Amino acid sequence: MDISNEYAVQMRGIEKSFGTYKVLDDINIDVKKGTVHAILGENGAGKSTLMNILYGMYHADAGEIYLNGEAVNIKNPSMAIKHGIGMVHQHFMLVDKFTVTQNIILGNETANAFGIINMKKARKDVIKIVEKYGLKVDPDARIEDISVGMQQRVEILKALYRGVDLLILDEPTAVLTPMEIEELIDIMRNLINDGKTIIIITHKLKEIKASSDDCTVIRKGKVIDRVKVKDESKQSLAEKMVGRKVRLVVEKTPANPGGKIFEINDLRVKCARGIETVKGLSLSIRKGEIFGIAGIEGNGQKELVEAITGVRQVESGTIKINGKEIQNTGTRNVIDNKISVIHEDRHRYGVVLDFSVADNAILENYRKAPFCKNGFLDYNARDRFTEELIKEYNIKPERCKGTRIRRLSGGNQQKLVVGREVANNPDLLIAVQPTRGLDVGAIEFVHKTLVRLRDEGKAILLISLELDEVMDVSDTISVIYDGSITGIFNQKEADEQKIGLLMAGGKENDENA
Amino acid sequence: MKRVMALTLFLAMIISTAGCSIKTGLEDEEKKFTVAMVTDTGGVNDQSFNSSAWEGMSKFAENTGSKARYIESSQASDYLVNIDRLADENCDLIWGIGFALSDVVQRAAKTNPELNYAIADYSFGDKTPENITGVFFRAEESAFVVGFIAGMTTKTDSVGFVGGIKGSVIDQFEYGYRAGVVYASKLRGKSINIRVQYAESFSDAAKGKAIASLMYSNGCDVVLHAAGGAGVGVIEAAKEAGKFAIGADLDQSYLAPNNVLTSAMKNVGKAVEIVSTKALSGEKTGGKDLSFGIKEDCVGIPDENPNVAPDVVQKAKELEEKIGSGEIKPPNNLESYNEFIKAINVKK
Amino acid sequence: MTRMLKILKKPVTCMLIAIFCGFVVSALILFATGYNPTQSLAIMFNAVFSRPKFITNVIIKSTPIILTGLSVAFAFRTGLFNIGAEGQYIAATIASTVVGISLDLHPILQIPIVILSGVLVGALWGAFIGFLKAKFGIHEVITSIMLNWTTLYLNNYVANSARFHKPESDGTYPINDSGLTMILYNWKFSEEGRSFLKNNQTLNDILLKTDLNIGFIVAIIAAIIVWVLLYKTSKGYELRTVGLNPHAAKYAGISVNRSIVFSMLIAGALSGLAGALYVTGSSSHNIHVLSMFENNGFNGLAVALIASSSPIGCIFAGLMFSGLIYAGQSLQFKTGAPSEIVNIMIGTIVFFVALTQIIPVIADKFTRRRSEHVK
Repeated sequence: MDISNEYAVQMRGIEKSFGTYKVLDDINIDVKKGTVHAILGENGAGKSTLMNILYGMYHADAGEIYLNGEAVNIKNPSMAIKHGIGMVHQHFMLVDKFTVTQNIILGNETANAFGIINMKKARKDVIKIVEKYGLKVDPDARIEDISVGMQQRVEILKALYRGVDLLILDEPTAVLTPMEIEELIDIMRNLINDGKTIIIITHKLKEIKASSDDCTVIRKGKVIDRVKVKDESKQSLAEKMVGRKVRLVVEKTPANPGGKIFEINDLRVKCARGIETVKGLSLSIRKGEIFGIAGIEGNGQKELVEAITGVRQVESGTIKINGKEIQNTGTRNVIDNKISVIHEDRHRYGVVLDFSVADNAILENYRKAPFCKNGFLDYNARDRFTEELIKEYNIKPERCKGTRIRRLSGGNQQKLVVGREVANNPDLLIAVQPTRGLDVGAIEFVHKTLVRLRDEGKAILLISLELDEVMDVSDTISVIYDGSITGIFNQKEADEQKIGLLMAGGKENDENA
Repeated sequence: MKRVMALTLFLAMIISTAGCSIKTGLEDEEKKFTVAMVTDTGGVNDQSFNSSAWEGMSKFAENTGSKARYIESSQASDYLVNIDRLADENCDLIWGIGFALSDVVQRAAKTNPELNYAIADYSFGDKTPENITGVFFRAEESAFVVGFIAGMTTKTDSVGFVGGIKGSVIDQFEYGYRAGVVYASKLRGKSINIRVQYAESFSDAAKGKAIASLMYSNGCDVVLHAAGGAGVGVIEAAKEAGKFAIGADLDQSYLAPNNVLTSAMKNVGKAVEIVSTKALSGEKTGGKDLSFGIKEDCVGIPDENPNVAPDVVQKAKELEEKIGSGEIKPPNNLESYNEFIKAINVKK
Repeated sequence: MTRMLKILKKPVTCMLIAIFCGFVVSALILFATGYNPTQSLAIMFNAVFSRPKFITNVIIKSTPIILTGLSVAFAFRTGLFNIGAEGQYIAATIASTVVGISLDLHPILQIPIVILSGVLVGALWGAFIGFLKAKFGIHEVITSIMLNWTTLYLNNYVANSARFHKPESDGTYPINDSGLTMILYNWKFSEEGRSFLKNNQTLNDILLKTDLNIGFIVAIIAAIIVWVLLYKTSKGYELRTVGLNPHAAKYAGISVNRSIVFSMLIAGALSGLAGALYVTGSSSHNIHVLSMFENNGFNGLAVALIASSSPIGCIFAGLMFSGLIYAGQSLQFKTGAPSEIVNIMIGTIVFFVALTQIIPVIADKFTRRRSEHVK
């Protein structure tokens, strides 16, 4: 394609290496003005690197960038902003204690001759933008008090306030609820109608289908294909992204549940701020069953997991496994009663990043035989066990037992965590957002493992913010809202509409009313 | 195991280097008479004993063409090491400055009988080893003079004394001072109240200040300190209260020119100079204590005392002469103080 | 490139580069202040290496800072910043002195009792800080700093107390001879010993003129024990986990609070051991009134920093640090350089050593960034 001012962005022959490894290889991209352009690729395909080059965070080793048909040299993000490019990162860059308006004008304050910021005018400007694009953000709310979805809008506002024409969104839906995703797509539409251009980086097919006009697929640093989204199916996009046939639907046989093994009765738990966030929650899980809990973040999921694992004090109610009450008996006792957890935030709760892979493999069992004899660690036993895990779960690179786990990719880290927890041979496995941040291949692996465990007769509690995941994997689907379970469905009779409503706080019979 | 091996090897390596030395160019210097000193933890710039000693030593070196050297101690455990270090350096006279070094000087003298040592502000009494000179000061003489000045100056008829930690050196100050005040009170024919308190520290300036402030608010208008660093707080308190303090050891008027009445000076440097000169001339000084007072010009008040009334200065100078000639012998402990008081009473 | 990075990442390489840079800058400082740099550095070398006695003195001086360094390093490995090593050290010197003066048993009993009393009090001091952190969440740096001062004044109180204060001095009586840990102490001052030593210059130097004591050997053993505890036992695994990621530790069933108290207990015991060995091994075998900290604990921070918190590394770092201090004093004597210049030199070298610890981090970042894109 020729260089022309019909295109907001054109990148030609972009190359980038880190050390000896080529991350981007001769990338060409054309983004038409007034469209939503998706860049699709697995984690590590190079899509974020490419956009960081456009935004001036990295410098390309070779290649040219044209904006509106003119060659530009973007040296840093502030230059990018001057050229009308804004970027919303996966991790927001906001000051928690500041209000929305303060965050938006931060670094772009308009001050009078005395250096005093005109907050009134700033606030008015913010409200103007909010109304224009239907962003629905309270300009006076403090960041720490608003939801993640709102924070994302603040980031978008920040870019719009600086007058950008081209907005780059890096994995924007990773943190959003289904409802928020829909709203985001609406906002994107409003922006396009106003003549803005949007580039969205993602590996989620559903959202590409819903939001984008064009799509560039990147795999291993190379452009694989450029397509019109409306001509493609989810399946075909997935195959282009991964490079092989993938199964998007979790394959499993119908559940064959046994007796009740895990039971929570009228559980009440207070959060760190002393407010009751789990309010009389009850549930029970049978052997050979995947019990899913769907819900929007902050409805007591975190405290529920903390209570089960013994990290947080239970105010009242019981938690029973195999008929034995375990509430308030300490984490060690919970582990000894064969409950394992795959954590949502593995960097924080699941692994010790600066430990070797092998040390991480024994994180819960370091004090038990064969890893520990008379108080001394048996490194040979540890290494043998680690090697088995590496082989069984195909963790890459193969000879990684001595390397710090920090060096492994997220998917491989998660494989180790899953492997470790499965090796505990638990009666109940709690999986909290087990696929967060993983690519399609790794997600497939995690889901398969959960199903395999179920088939072996284990009980599994799956807690996820992604409704699709809960709906696809679970045998029994429940909804958590405001600290209690508001609905339980069999997988077959589960209806996305109904569940979505419950997640938002509606009653089950609302639709009849 | 590998680490243990490496460690062993490393230690072996270090020990095997023992005896290696690099030529520094200092070896060829012509041998001169050398005196050297080890400071206590105050360091050579303590504006007190150590600096005074080093001043005297430098003057001695300058006047006689000898060499003077010093080492600072940063910890008490450095004393032994530093005193011993000087033994390796062919020093002709090795000084320990301050009584804190008395133990190590004694030990070094024992292990190096061929070397000569001196200790400032300490007396071994009858047990002085053959190669140590104990140098101490008749501080009661200067304390007596400043006590007299205090007694003549006070308008509230109340004066104070802040000591560091009780001991014979500070006793000299306390009783000399008290005797001087009594002497003045007899002369003026009225009774003067003396408050005495100890800071239990030679370093805690805050405590010195607190004690002195209390004294000032209780009516004292002149306070002598004999409390080292803690005494700096006494002078600060005088400055704040607008009253007078009397410095110790050095002329401390630089700390508060309008509030330091005078100072009970101990000229360590002068004593160091005298003893070093004796050693240079070959006089045997070891095995005994040498005491220094007004007669030797090693204690006294400053030459300039702008805050003291001229007639009082005049009388103080006369008093100094009387002490120098032995006509008055100020007391240096409780016992001699009591005798002194009795004698005065009789005289009146 | 990769090989270069690998070599750079070796701690030993960093250390050597650092020491070299430190000396170069020190030489420049000396030159700028009017002292002959090559002569000065030669003096410093001689001050340490030219006689066995000097090495002995360096070793003696290194003992307390190796141990306080170990204390800081150990706490650091378990996620705690033990700036309270100074206070724990002082507390131990108080305890050992009090016990050493009050008791007079046979050396076989006396020595362990005196040392253990110091270790115990140091451990309690540390555990108290750990307890405050575990129970009330008060940051250990704040409590440590305050406890340091509290301990300093406690020290001055005991040093001035009627029961222990030695007249005409600024401290207490020395501890009873039965508690001393100097090597061949009784023999070397006896007639027999002295006549024997007269004929052996080297031994005479080492034994008679220094306080050669068992402390250094104890310090090395302590370093090895700490290393084994940290890296070979399940308890050590637990402590390191808490140090690197307390959240993960909690979910792995480790009691983070108990770990904190235990870590500080051990750290305090190590600092306490330093204090106890000082009292029993170095003259003047007592405590005395302190106007300022003597920095045995704070120097431990520097030692741990140089050793990048490696227990075995603390031995070398402690030796180097004490060597620099010792050589600095000789330099002062020989050239008259003020102690400030000597301290600036030491500071520069330590600074460079600390600085080069960043090199592996940078090299690591570089390789990591690369590997992150490799996946």
